[in-house]
Amino acid sequence: MVAQNIAFGLLAAAMVAAGFRLVTTKNVVRAALFLAIVLGGVAGIFTLLGAEFVAWVQVLVYIGAIVVLLLFGVMLTRAPIGKEGDLDNDQRWTAALVALFVLGALAAVLADAWGTQEIKFQGVQRTAAVSDSIFGTYVVPFEVASVLLLAALVGAVALARRD
Amino acid sequence: MLRNAWLIPLIPAVSFVLILAFGRRLPAKGAEIGIGAIGISFLLSLVAVVQWVGRSEPREAVERHLSWWKLGGVDIGAGIHVDGLTVMMLAVVTFISLLVQVYSTGYMEGDRRYTYFFAALSLFTASMLMLVVADNTLQLMVGWELVGMCSFMLIGHWWEEEANSSAAIKAFLTTRTGDVGLMLGVITLFFAAGQNFNIANLNRLALTGGISHGLLLTGGALLFLGVMGKSAQFPLHVWLPDAMAGPTPVSALIHAATMVVAGVYLVARVYGVFWAGFSIGDGGINLIALIGGITVIIAAALAFVQDDIKKVLAYSTISQLGYMVMALGVGAWTAGVFHLFTHAFFKALLFLGSGSLIHAVHSNNMSEMGGMRKRMPTTFWTFMVGSLALAGIPPLAGFWSKDEIINGASHGFTLFMVVGLLGAFMTAAYMTRAVYLVFFGEYRGHAHPHESPKSMAVPLQVLGVLSVLGGLVGTGLAGSKWRFSNWVRFDIPGAPEIVKEHAFNFPVATLSVAVGLIGIGIAAGYYLRNMFPRGAAEKSGLVRTGYKVLVNKYYLDNLYIDGVVRSIQYPIARAAYWVNQHVLDGAVNGVGIGARKTAQVVYDVVDQKVIDGAVNGAGFTAEEGGIVLRQTQTGRVQTYAAFLFGASALIAVGLVFFT
Amino acid sequence: MYLNQFLMLAAVLFAMGVYGVLARKNGVLVLMSIELMLNAVNINLVAFGAFNNTVAGQTFALFVIAIAAAEVGVGLAIILLIFRNRASVDIDEIDAMRG
Repeated sequence: MVAQNIAFGLLAAAMVAAGFRLVTTKNVVRAALFLAIVLGGVAGIFTLLGAEFVAWVQVLVYIGAIVVLLLFGVMLTRAPIGKEGDLDNDQRWTAALVALFVLGALAAVLADAWGTQEIKFQGVQRTAAVSDSIFGTYVVPFEVASVLLLAALVGAVALARRD
Repeated sequence: MLRNAWLIPLIPAVSFVLILAFGRRLPAKGAEIGIGAIGISFLLSLVAVVQWVGRSEPREAVERHLSWWKLGGVDIGAGIHVDGLTVMMLAVVTFISLLVQVYSTGYMEGDRRYTYFFAALSLFTASMLMLVVADNTLQLMVGWELVGMCSFMLIGHWWEEEANSSAAIKAFLTTRTGDVGLMLGVITLFFAAGQNFNIANLNRLALTGGISHGLLLTGGALLFLGVMGKSAQFPLHVWLPDAMAGPTPVSALIHAATMVVAGVYLVARVYGVFWAGFSIGDGGINLIALIGGITVIIAAALAFVQDDIKKVLAYSTISQLGYMVMALGVGAWTAGVFHLFTHAFFKALLFLGSGSLIHAVHSNNMSEMGGMRKRMPTTFWTFMVGSLALAGIPPLAGFWSKDEIINGASHGFTLFMVVGLLGAFMTAAYMTRAVYLVFFGEYRGHAHPHESPKSMAVPLQVLGVLSVLGGLVGTGLAGSKWRFSNWVRFDIPGAPEIVKEHAFNFPVATLSVAVGLIGIGIAAGYYLRNMFPRGAAEKSGLVRTGYKVLVNKYYLDNLYIDGVVRSIQYPIARAAYWVNQHVLDGAVNGVGIGARKTAQVVYDVVDQKVIDGAVNGAGFTAEEGGIVLRQTQTGRVQTYAAFLFGASALIAVGLVFFT
Repeated sequence: MYLNQFLMLAAVLFAMGVYGVLARKNGVLVLMSIELMLNAVNINLVAFGAFNNTVAGQTFALFVIAIAAAEVGVGLAIILLIFRNRASVDIDEIDAMRG
């Protein structure tokens, strides 16, 4: 168990640091890369929890597609590459306050609810079980999600069309 | 009819209402109602007279009383007391009123208020009749005041001319001054008689010593004040000449024959009080006879200097009223009442005759008449008869009554006998003067006089006949029952008899006739034959002064108006003006100023500061609040998101930890 | 492994995402912060799935990923439109609803 805890600790530290830099950096591109680190860390957490399929999908979709998409967005909106002026607006302190309050509330609730309960690790979940769940129990949400993706695609094209 | 004598005043009263209601629409404009009603009343009065005379001796008065309300022991109501005096007055009043109303259909033809005139005449007649039948002093006073009011109405019949309305007011106020005395007298005697208004009771108590002498004297003197006003005795006689401003039928009815004799009637009716109060039985001078005597002389003197024929007759009336009062003052009750009876006839005749003249000549002044005997024969002959009757020439009516007065005065009241004789002389003289100026000589006027229509001439003739024959009632030629002194008596059952009858005294009668003839002779000689020196006024300053005094009516009017009225009126007017300006206006202005100041304060403090402050404050608060709250509407999504997250975290905490 | 360590980690990431959403001026950065929040949610889901020994947690996480992808696509399209209209992606300037 020690290895898992260490792994978790490393991953957690990396994610928190990257997340912090994500929301405080003055460079947009770096923010995107920090996001990529966070997403990678999340994939690692998934693996720790035995959700290998989801971890790999995370890497593929999030880091592979979404981060790229965001970078394309950065490029298309002519955000300056490099440092520029302040990227934070004038309500940052209010935002910090709210964020801390949210954190505090969540922490209190979590501590109160689950205390020191443990996860009994049952072993890595088989991908077949996940696919059974998707295409079996939750097939309707799956179909709906695919229609949603279609709609989003068409919508994005329609919106961004230059005519 | 004696028990139902209350009908006699009632019929003219009903006629008054009917004339006012329907008169205008009738063909004769209400005259037919008036004359009809009076005619019926007259017939009923005659029936009453016949019934009374036909009663066997001793004739007891018929009394009926209707109690209106009783309070404590005091009984107030209306009633009738019918005795000889009453039925005599009823007959006289209704008869003269009938003749006057017939005369008025001719005299007042085309008048602007013809119907109203007849209504007023009916009301007057009703009031006078009510006064005459009254059995208590209260009812008598009501009738008294009513006739005063009718007199006012009728004198001022042509009130559009100021002289007429002033005369009406003068008449009313002068009689009112006397009426103060009347009212106080009634009250005094009410208490003296043990809280009782009944006249017969009062007389009985007075004559049997039930009331103290002082009270009787006081009550009688106060009542006499009223008599002085109403019957135009000196010094309250000043209204009667001015009252000639009214139409001549009014003068004939009210100011010659009926209303002015109300005072005489009062004395005659309540004679017990006067007899006992003024100690008439003791002889000598008493207030009543004195005033009456003075009135006789001064009025007769004034009649000599008048140009207006109605004023001559007015002063003559005052003088004759003086005779009646003087007669009552010397204890000659029957004589005074008999003179009232005969005077009504010939004075009404004289007035109606003067009306006939005025109607023909369109002027009151004798200086615009003259030589009328050829142009208006009926008027001339009847006027002559009236004048001779007034002068006391036998066998005309005036002789019998005037002689009886002088006869009565000769028994213990020598001074007043002399006064009566002097008055007779003066009466004869001034009437001759008037007759000469009007009917003899050349016509001095500018109109075209002709004889009056039948409606006016016939009453003259009727009265002429009565002036001749009326006096015979006093002689008993128609039977002793019909003799005036037999059925008109002052009799109070239970009290000693006070009125003594004196037998016909031949020497006194001769003296009074002689005096009258001398008067006529002197005046006729002065005018017709130019005897006696002329121009006395130019030669003698004394005569001039005397003339001036007479023409100014002894300056009595000046005394009353300037002395009495003004000295009271001005201070009161000034005081009232001061109160008005300072007190009343001050109060009103004060209220106004106070209101204004209050309004100022309310405006400045309440409206501007408090209310506007509140209103403005509300607006200001809303505005500032809006400015503050608007900060949250930044339009930026992130602001809203911040609120969103913060609030959801709060709610979550709340839900988790507090439920 | 405690359940709470994963949940705490997710909470921290979520809080940071909240800060990013509220405090960042650039629209693309806001989208990134939203991705951060979504990932925190994913960690939660998978952790609970493991805790309860069910595969539903992972299934749900997959759906979230799919939808997040769709949302980023559309979001970027919108940001592009904003950029085209205003030549800037400063979302502080989009305050036409300002009172």
